[in-house]
Amino acid sequence: MRTDTELDNLLDWVEGMRKRVREIAQEWESEEGNLIMILHAIENELGYVPRGVANELSQELGVPMARIYEVITFYHYFRLAPRSKHTVKVCMGTACYLKGANALLEEIEQQLELREATGAQKGECSVESVRCIGCCGMAPAIVLDDETHGRVCLKAMKEILKQQLEK
Amino acid sequence: MSTTPLTASALAAHWDGSADPHPDIRVCMDTGGIAAGARDVYQAMLDTRDESDVKIDIQRTGSLGLSYADPVVISRDTAGQTIIFGAMNVDAARLLIEDHVRNGNLLEDHVIASHERGADFGDKPQTAILVKDTSAKADKDRTAHVQKLIREELTFHELHERIKVYRALDLGLYEKGLCLQFLPSRITYAGLSEEDIPRIIEESARSSQVLKDLLVTGRDLQERIVLRNSGHIDPEELDSYLRTGGYRGLHRALLEMSPEDVIQEMKTSGLRGRGGAGFPTWQKWQLTREPEADRRFVICNGDEGDPGAFMDRSILEGDPHAVLEGLMISAYAIGADTGFFYIRAEYPLAVERIQRAIDQARAAGLLGKNILGSNFSFDAKVRLGAGAFVCGEETALIASIEGKRGSPEPRPPYPSVKGLWDKPTSINNVETLAAVAAIMDRGGAWYGEFGSGKSRGTKVFAVTGKVRNPQLVEVPMGIPIRAVIEEICGGADSGARIKAVQTGGPSGGVIPRDKMNTPITYESLQELGSIMGSGGLLVMDESDSMVNVAKFYLGFCVDESCGKCAPCRIGGFQLLRLLEKIDDGKGKSEDLDTIRDICHCMRTASLCGLGQTAPNPVLSTLNYFKDEYLACLTADAGGKK
Repeated sequence: MRTDTELDNLLDWVEGMRKRVREIAQEWESEEGNLIMILHAIENELGYVPRGVANELSQELGVPMARIYEVITFYHYFRLAPRSKHTVKVCMGTACYLKGANALLEEIEQQLELREATGAQKGECSVESVRCIGCCGMAPAIVLDDETHGRVCLKAMKEILKQQLEK
Repeated sequence: MSTTPLTASALAAHWDGSADPHPDIRVCMDTGGIAAGARDVYQAMLDTRDESDVKIDIQRTGSLGLSYADPVVISRDTAGQTIIFGAMNVDAARLLIEDHVRNGNLLEDHVIASHERGADFGDKPQTAILVKDTSAKADKDRTAHVQKLIREELTFHELHERIKVYRALDLGLYEKGLCLQFLPSRITYAGLSEEDIPRIIEESARSSQVLKDLLVTGRDLQERIVLRNSGHIDPEELDSYLRTGGYRGLHRALLEMSPEDVIQEMKTSGLRGRGGAGFPTWQKWQLTREPEADRRFVICNGDEGDPGAFMDRSILEGDPHAVLEGLMISAYAIGADTGFFYIRAEYPLAVERIQRAIDQARAAGLLGKNILGSNFSFDAKVRLGAGAFVCGEETALIASIEGKRGSPEPRPPYPSVKGLWDKPTSINNVETLAAVAAIMDRGGAWYGEFGSGKSRGTKVFAVTGKVRNPQLVEVPMGIPIRAVIEEICGGADSGARIKAVQTGGPSGGVIPRDKMNTPITYESLQELGSIMGSGGLLVMDESDSMVNVAKFYLGFCVDESCGKCAPCRIGGFQLLRLLEKIDDGKGKSEDLDTIRDICHCMRTASLCGLGQTAPNPVLSTLNYFKDEYLACLTADAGGKK
């Protein structure tokens, strides 16, 4: 059971979020075809598009939920679930692939399992492979919490990962 | 920053300042440079300068293209001589201020020599010798040993005060043994032995005699038109672009030419779309201009989705105003009042710099009503991609700008007739538009002098993979692939043997080693079963499996298929299953026939370019490297597994 204060806080949060969704929608009101840009703004602020927000948006824009979900699920960039505290993106562009991105990905997954086994919080870091990030000249590359690292070898990767997760 | 709209004459006044050779330091701060630590290098130089009595301008700039050497810093001295330093770090940054700027010394192991080499010593005294062992198994100790020998020899002739000797990071020569270059003359000697050193110092350093038997001359094979400003100007300042003659092309178009004249100028230039397909730009504009319509649109396609390509990112980050200028010229030519930049969300810095360029241009009156006092009114907006490769296809891109799923539509009708919100729309690639601005400034005839056959002008390539110096290059069309890979980029990495070069990404094919003398033109690459594509050149060596590479590209297309049409959705999936089976060593010989059948079906029946070209990497590897496929088959099918 939630206490009254917790409930009040939750309601405040919901109200604040509604207001924010309306603000974003109004900012883009006069632009045709604004849905994707609005979703970008929401994604940037919340890290994902919660169902409630999509619902609010649907009413605000007068666009059916089905259309909003059609767009969210089509594009890789939008998510329906919250992100972890940390994210590692391993670039799977051709240059990175040729230079061992697969091995990096496997090693990162192993490192994270190892951390969880030794007491780190479950899901502290999510791993994904991404399309080319355009840093092919420094393959293989990873993006750790929006910071791009190039020419990453297994050893350097372990160090970078450890440092960032323990920040 | 101007607050009142720029008039035509006020704009023209900026161009006079273009020849301003004051000494400065520029740090290449594109995404690649920043990932390698350019921000720390920049900050360290600012701090060191401010703590000392050294006075020097330090500014940010776009990429010079030298990805292998990031972070890269460019220094220009009072004499106008430019020196490039690569592989910079914080310590080297401090040294650059304290020793290079203050004392004129170069940085050991950081200097990158120009590919432009001298033929005579000129009348300036030589001040430095760069040295490097360029053998396949280059030995740092040998370079250092030779450096010591040269120094001793200089001391003997009492030249050591005047001429300093430095180990170079790159001399632009590969597998030519021991090499050295004099500065500032750029006289370059290659294939040296230690016995040559006394002679070089006595005759060349002391008496300015060129030793013909050792001399290597040559000019830089690159021709920088699209990348003209990247690495030179501050991409975040409008004034910096204006000083190089920025918006002169637009000025000329608006004030001196009719839209028809502009289209004619494009026709003269011979420019074709740099996104890959190579459709003549003038024709696209003409077709968009012709239909009756109350509105028209222009779009800049910055959805650079090919894995292994970063040309557009570098251009957008290094010279955003040039792309905006190109978009405005295209809008004037076809009669559009609104333009969109469609840029991948994965390129945040490119988005930021384009948005800034738009804001600056708007504040300066270069966007808005009656631009430069003409009747032309135009505004531009940014729209973000959201991670869908198919959105590079023009009908899918249009759907995405309209805020919908990026599903392609059958063509015709082409966007030039029925595009964005059903209005005639012209979609040009980033590189094309950057070239447009240069063409309008310097003329179509000038641009048309570069290139070969029906492929005029220059093309930017991102050379990556198993290559010694991965980098961005811009070369005139018609140059052999081999020259790009070997002479500019240094050939295979660590002395391995190149097996093939892949062009055109997931829509392209491989070019085997023995076809590398083929000149780069739209037509010749197509004849080899590949395509020009947007400009990725991926080098693969003997250790790379062609079956695996084909599987990689196909896997990409299967993931990115939008699922609308069956040949692409089902064909791609089945094709991938077959390739996986073969790669696992479980393939039968009839599988190869099935592969060809599915490929044929996808090519002819898919709705859009993604499905039509997805089989290309498979067919092309099967064509040139069938042995590798056969070797993967099971033993009873004649394979080795």
